[in-house]
Amino acid sequence: MNEILAGALRAVVIFGAVMTLVPMLVLAERRIAAWIQNRVGPNRVGPQGLLQPLADIVKLAFKEEIIPAKADRVLYMLGPFLAFAPAMLAFAVIPVARDFQVADMNIGVLFVITVTSLGVYGISFGGWASNSKYSLLGGIRSSAQIISYEIAMGLALVSVLMTSGSVHLGKIVESQSDIFHWNVFRQPVAFLIFLAAAFAENNRLPFDLPECEAELVGGYHTEYSGMKFAVYFLAEYVAMIVMSSLIVTLFLGGWSPGFPLPEGALWTVISAGVFTLKALVVLFLYIWVRWTLPRFRYDQLMKLGWKGLVPLAMVNIVVTGLVTALWDAISGGPA
Amino acid sequence: MEAPSRQSGTGEPAKAGLARWLFFLYLPAVFKGLKNTFFHLVKAKGHRTFTVQYPEERVTVRKGYRGEHRLKKDAEGREKCVACLMCQTVCPARCIRIIAEEAPWPDRDKRPRIFEIDMLRCIYCGMCEEACPCDAIELTEKFNEVSTSRVDKIYTKEKLLSN
Repeated sequence: MNEILAGALRAVVIFGAVMTLVPMLVLAERRIAAWIQNRVGPNRVGPQGLLQPLADIVKLAFKEEIIPAKADRVLYMLGPFLAFAPAMLAFAVIPVARDFQVADMNIGVLFVITVTSLGVYGISFGGWASNSKYSLLGGIRSSAQIISYEIAMGLALVSVLMTSGSVHLGKIVESQSDIFHWNVFRQPVAFLIFLAAAFAENNRLPFDLPECEAELVGGYHTEYSGMKFAVYFLAEYVAMIVMSSLIVTLFLGGWSPGFPLPEGALWTVISAGVFTLKALVVLFLYIWVRWTLPRFRYDQLMKLGWKGLVPLAMVNIVVTGLVTALWDAISGGPA
Repeated sequence: MEAPSRQSGTGEPAKAGLARWLFFLYLPAVFKGLKNTFFHLVKAKGHRTFTVQYPEERVTVRKGYRGEHRLKKDAEGREKCVACLMCQTVCPARCIRIIAEEAPWPDRDKRPRIFEIDMLRCIYCGMCEEACPCDAIELTEKFNEVSTSRVDKIYTKEKLLSN
């Protein structure tokens, strides 16, 4: 009973933290975009525009909810929440501080990969149920894109699992306890592949073809308005936070500050801060890349995925295997 | 990016193919782009913010800017205009309307009774200014005058004289 309560409390804490981060992230995205484009960005609502997200939420809440004629009402309503729930769910197994996660699963990596790819259902259902050609195209693109990049992502993960020797996220973090053992240095190729696949998985530029405002109006959420649109927006940003947390956990040493963490409650709190900081750096990278690169054409996207990242990830696995075997043979025993 | 090169190493043609394949991962271009936008972000290398925070800051116009019109007065405070209709004739937007009347002064025959410019039609080309033989009309540097109705945007003689 106590354990369930503690788990629920942790879930509330993490949920609250993510929900607080999302508006800040939206504002950060708009300000950084403006700075990159030599503009100022929203700076009128509150000091330095800090209350802008609040104004956005109020505006969206008061907007009319439109359901298109001949839309599949049930799926249409369900779409945004199907996109949002899996994104949030994936956070359950990510260790955000030392010994702090909602569910300590020994197949954490598999759980995260499974659940994050469920998010595509929300997008495809929303696009399909809208009864609009643009939405449908966006939804279809989303599923095609996720299928192709999921493979590259999974293969990149395999080489990480080979170096860390576990699919338990906590153990993966522990295996990177000092900065020289961070997987970003031990598996740079896997890191790059995973990063590209993560952008594709989150529908972020340069891979935001499901949205693609230039050709598809607004992609899968063309027909959505008001709070349902807001939930799609929220889902996108939550998925981004989840994916950057995952990147931090798998490649950047998780909550480890770069040296073995001493015992004590204070250091546990510090580890949470370290984790947040690292996640924010990755999120900044997301925004920075978005306002740097143009969108890929659809065939270029598929070509990069299938002919570029997938073979590269396979080669990386083979090389990792050979190096690990050679290392074991030289040092006599598993490293 | 060492992983694939370790795998191959079978001579020149393969290397060319491999180089092409690596280029196709777009990484050099991506890093170049990221470097560029970073300089924009931190405003290094001479990048600066171009936005003018409008109500607080105003742009200053150059000398010779063509803004709203003004009718000039002579030394005795009379309008210089003699209602010759040259500006009305030359105006490509046909926004000037002049109705003449007899002038009460001995030095000219006519003066405008009505002199109206429809500022919503005006294209601010400055041809009226060039056509005027008496140097009676000119374009000022005012450009952000506000009106709350269309009627207010038809400037009368009094408005143009005091502009």
